[in-house]
Amino acid sequence: MNTICIMCPMGCGLKIEKVGEEIRVSGNTCKRGEAYGKAEFTHPVRTVTTLIKLEGGGVASCKTDAPVPKERVSDVVAYIGTLTIGRDAKIGDRLHASLDGLETDIVITGTPTSGC
Amino acid sequence: MREYDVVVIGGGPAGMAAAIAACDGGAKTLILERDVRLGGILNQCIHQGFGLHYFKEEMTGPEYADRFRKEVEKRDIDVMLEAMALAIGEDRTVTALSPEYGLVKAKAGAIVLAMGCRERTAGAIALPGTRPAGIYTAGMAQKLCNIDGYLVGKEVVILGSGDIGLIMARRMTTEGAKVKLVLELMPYSSGLKRNIVQCLDDYGIPIKYSHTITRVVGSPRIEGLYYAPVGTDRKPILDNEQFVSCDALLLSVGLIPENDLINGSGVEMSPVTNGAAVDENRMTTLDGVFSCGNVLHVHDLVDNVSQEALIAGSAAARYAKGELKSGECVNVAAKDGVRYALPQRINRGEGKVRLFFRVDNVYKGVRLVVESGSKTLSNRKFQMLAPGEMGSVDIERSDIDGDIVVRLEK
Ligand SMILES: Cc1cc2nc3c(=O)[nH]c(=O)nc-3n(C[C@H](O)[C@H](O)[C@H](O)COP(=O)(O)OP(=O)(O)OC[C@H]3O[C@@H](n4cnc5c(N)ncnc54)[C@H](O)[C@@H]3O)c2cc1C
Ligand code: SF4
Repeated sequence: MNTICIMCPMGCGLKIEKVGEEIRVSGNTCKRGEAYGKAEFTHPVRTVTTLIKLEGGGVASCKTDAPVPKERVSDVVAYIGTLTIGRDAKIGDRLHASLDGLETDIVITGTPTSGC
Repeated sequence: MREYDVVVIGGGPAGMAAAIAACDGGAKTLILERDVRLGGILNQCIHQGFGLHYFKEEMTGPEYADRFRKEVEKRDIDVMLEAMALAIGEDRTVTALSPEYGLVKAKAGAIVLAMGCRERTAGAIALPGTRPAGIYTAGMAQKLCNIDGYLVGKEVVILGSGDIGLIMARRMTTEGAKVKLVLELMPYSSGLKRNIVQCLDDYGIPIKYSHTITRVVGSPRIEGLYYAPVGTDRKPILDNEQFVSCDALLLSVGLIPENDLINGSGVEMSPVTNGAAVDENRMTTLDGVFSCGNVLHVHDLVDNVSQEALIAGSAAARYAKGELKSGECVNVAAKDGVRYALPQRINRGEGKVRLFFRVDNVYKGVRLVVESGSKTLSNRKFQMLAPGEMGSVDIERSDIDGDIVVRLEK
């Protein structure tokens, strides 16, 4: 399998092969690329970034604190879409989410008033 | 009249880092920001991918901005929000307008320009067809979506493969819109490879290279558009025109440094970057006026913006104290596939200087050669260089032997 590492803007071209039981990654410049290549081969994951509603209107931005399985990204976005948080939310605040076997924290990354 | 050692115009990542460096260099510093808060474009970039180089951790745009904002707040830096800089006088007096302070005049020992850039619009690229509602620049759509929570359409076509357009393709898809097509005039993307992978490929969004829009239809709202492949002359081949329906068109066709404040001031501008021509301290040809971030040249990585702004801010502080010596300069020119190199001038002296460059096409397995007089300052092999990705090489100033040429060698 050939792909491009998305862990940093270098975008190294990766070649991932299964040799016996071992998954071999080549083309990477650093260790992060190796880990990414292995995960892509076995079970791709992505960090979700989206918006969360604020009480009384407006939105704040948020992310999952760790990458989730790629095929669950749309579930997570839909779930976050059902939530509403208080207007006093600050960058770094966390909410725990558990949906169908997936446990993750949602972290607030920006609010309409951060920096005002 | 207020007096400052350093006045920074613009409070995005460039302005904040410049102000921090100026303050740490002992300068009494003011930031003028026209928005209601610091952070610039980063406030609307809610995706991951910032800070890997600078903070060695991956974060979103608002989080990256917040780190710098806290550093600004820790220091004795004056910040005026909703303060729009209108003019720079010959004696380095900055005039600004603010609802809170009225007409502000600030006399500066040194000025740092950090106004960022704006996006090219439908007018700037002469888009054929009607001008219905539903056409946005990608950045405008990003702001409406991420700050105001408003999705601009349900069936979307994107013209241009700049990073903001790619990021918005993913963003609109996760919010429930269908992104039908990305059209790119050139045979390659102007965005980062990783964004093609994680924003288009991940969601099965097709991109057609060497294609452009031939006509936009619909009134009062966009209903669709015609597109066609282009020949080697980049002119559309109309016989192969196709139609796609859509209710929104996003333009991601480039950024232009926002240099209105210095255009016409006699400062030397680079026709390639559309920013000022600067030396290694990021000083323009106007004494004591520095430039950094996207107003100097368009960056793809905010980490580089911060680095550049620290250089400009600390040099501005030294200039204000009379400690910055400008000596004999050599010129830096770009040729043979290198579109530009920055800084455009370097003072002879000691120490390392990092040269940033962009190439004019996709090149594989090439060498980037930096020559000065009879000396080769750097000769480095790159596996791949692309126009969407800014490269850099370090050179030693003490090796400089005359004007510098940066070029590619097969
Ligand atoms: C729409 C858009 C989206 C982008 N998305 C990404 C991305 O996803 N990832 C990435 O790495 N880079 C992105 N970039 C590039 C990004 O702009 C840079 O990484 C970085 O934000 C540039 O920092 P800056 O401080 O130079 O400019 P900006 O962030 O643009 O900040 C400039 C600031 O100056 C202020 N200003 C301008 N003129 C005046 C004036 N006359 N008086 C007072 N204040 C003024 C503006 O209000 C603004 O706050 C994007 C750029 C744009 C335009
Ligand atoms: S392998 Fe390392 S250097 Fe290459 S893109 Fe991935 S993270 Fe970046």
